[in-house]
Order: sequence, then C-alpha cells, then structure tokens
Amino acid sequence: MDKFDVFRRDVEEISILNIQGFLDAHTAPDFESELQKLLKEKRFNIIVNLDGLQYISSAGLGVFMGVIEDIRTNDGDLKICCAAPKVFKVFDLLGFPSLYEFYKGEDQAIQKFKSNEKS
Amino acid sequence: MERRVNKMTDKKKRGSKHYHLKLPIDTANLEIIREFIARIAQNMGFTGEEINRIELAVDEASTNVIKHAYKTEDKNSNFIDIEVKTFPDRLEIYVIDRGKGFDPAKIKTPEMDAYFKKMRRGGLGLYLIKTLMDKVDYSIKPGVRNKVKMVKYIS
Repeated sequence: MDKFDVFRRDVEEISILNIQGFLDAHTAPDFESELQKLLKEKRFNIIVNLDGLQYISSAGLGVFMGVIEDIRTNDGDLKICCAAPKVFKVFDLLGFPSLYEFYKGEDQAIQKFKSNEKS
Repeated sequence: MERRVNKMTDKKKRGSKHYHLKLPIDTANLEIIREFIARIAQNMGFTGEEINRIELAVDEASTNVIKHAYKTEDKNSNFIDIEVKTFPDRLEIYVIDRGKGFDPAKIKTPEMDAYFKKMRRGGLGLYLIKTLMDKVDYSIKPGVRNKVKMVKYIS
C-alpha cells in the first residue's frame, strides 16, 4: 500500500477528496496539488474525507490553511469529515474546529452544502 | 578514572539506555524517525495516546530541520541526528542538526486569524512540540550544533 493516497469524487457541485494514509511533510505536496487542481477548475465546494487518514502533522494542516482563503473568497468552503479521534486531536490542538466545519459523516457535510445552495 | 567508572555504574543502576539514529536530510525519512521513536516509547510502557504525542512532537522537530536547517544545495551532504535516552521515569529526545538554526524566543502561541491572513505555515510545529511534550529546551549554535531537547515523563 502507498503511504499516502488521494481519491477524488464529484457529487454535482461538490468535490470530495478522500485522503488516506500518512499526511506529513513528505506527502503534503501531493495533497496540495490535488486541492490546487480543484481551485483551477473553479470547484470551490470541497469536502475532505479523512476516513482513511492514519496520521497528520502540522505540514498537513498547513495545506488546509493555505487554500481556505482562496476558497472562501470564491464563495466556497472546505468542510472536513470522518476524522478518527487521533487525527481530530491534532486539528483540535491548533484550534481548527473554530475555523473549519467538521462533520462525523460525509453525508452531513454534503447536506450542509446543499442546504446553503437552497437558501 | 575511578570517578568515571562510578558514574557509569550509576547510570546502569538507573537503567538508562541510549539510542542514536542518523539519517540524510530527506522528508522521506520522517516515517523511519516516527517508527523509531514510537517503538522505544512503546517498550517503555507509554500509553497509545502518549506515543501519538511523542511521535508527532519528534516529527515536527525533525520536519523543521529537514525543511529549514539547510539550503537546498547543502541537503545532500548533511544529516539529522535523533538521540534518545530512556530513564525509568522519563524519555529524553534530542533532535540535532548543524544548520542555520533559529531564534527560539520567537515561538509564540499562533494567532490563527493572523496565520490565515499571512498564510504562514511555519511556527505551528514549534507550538505543537511545546504543547505535546512535558519539557522542551533549545540550544542553538548556528552552523555548529542546534539541539532541541524534548522530555516526556511516564505518568
């Protein structure tokens, strides 16, 4: 198995990146380039599904920080779902839950995007 | 000489063990560093959660060295040293390089809003190390020997 993988799925206007394995300073550039591809395609409604993520360091968190401004100024958002407790703890230590929306399940994150579209 | 022998005996009595890992400057080696430190912490009886914290702190300190201590052209000829000392009550980890060093006085709690505006990514690691470990000391001698000492006590 590779140490890190990113899988992309598009559900209508929403793009879901499923990231798996170990996100550290070595693998962060792979994740960043997938996010940059979405921004280039002007897809600004993004869910990052952490279901298969086993490890994250601040280099990984830096990727989330690096794109959020661009996404939000384009009326989009990056929502995070399905983090294992070990992974969520790292986000929590740096105060991410007050800056990003975290969801237990992917469906809830999708619903949140859809309810925003209607309003 | 006699004194020295006594010192060694004391060390043995206290059950101290030393480990040393020397690796080229390459982010690909972060995984080896994490596994090395996790295995030692596991053998000492730290809990899973404590091992996660130790592993992350050592990753952060090593990432700083690998990413920032040397100029790109000097990376191939340099190394990162991870020295570990275990004691019955604690684990001491030293992350050492001979690169350009940094000013530990500049380590502050990150203001996340400011981070977003500036899109700054450095500094998070140093803050995490401070939060994750029981004691952190820096000894910075640019170009000679920069050392981050991290201590975790067995609870």
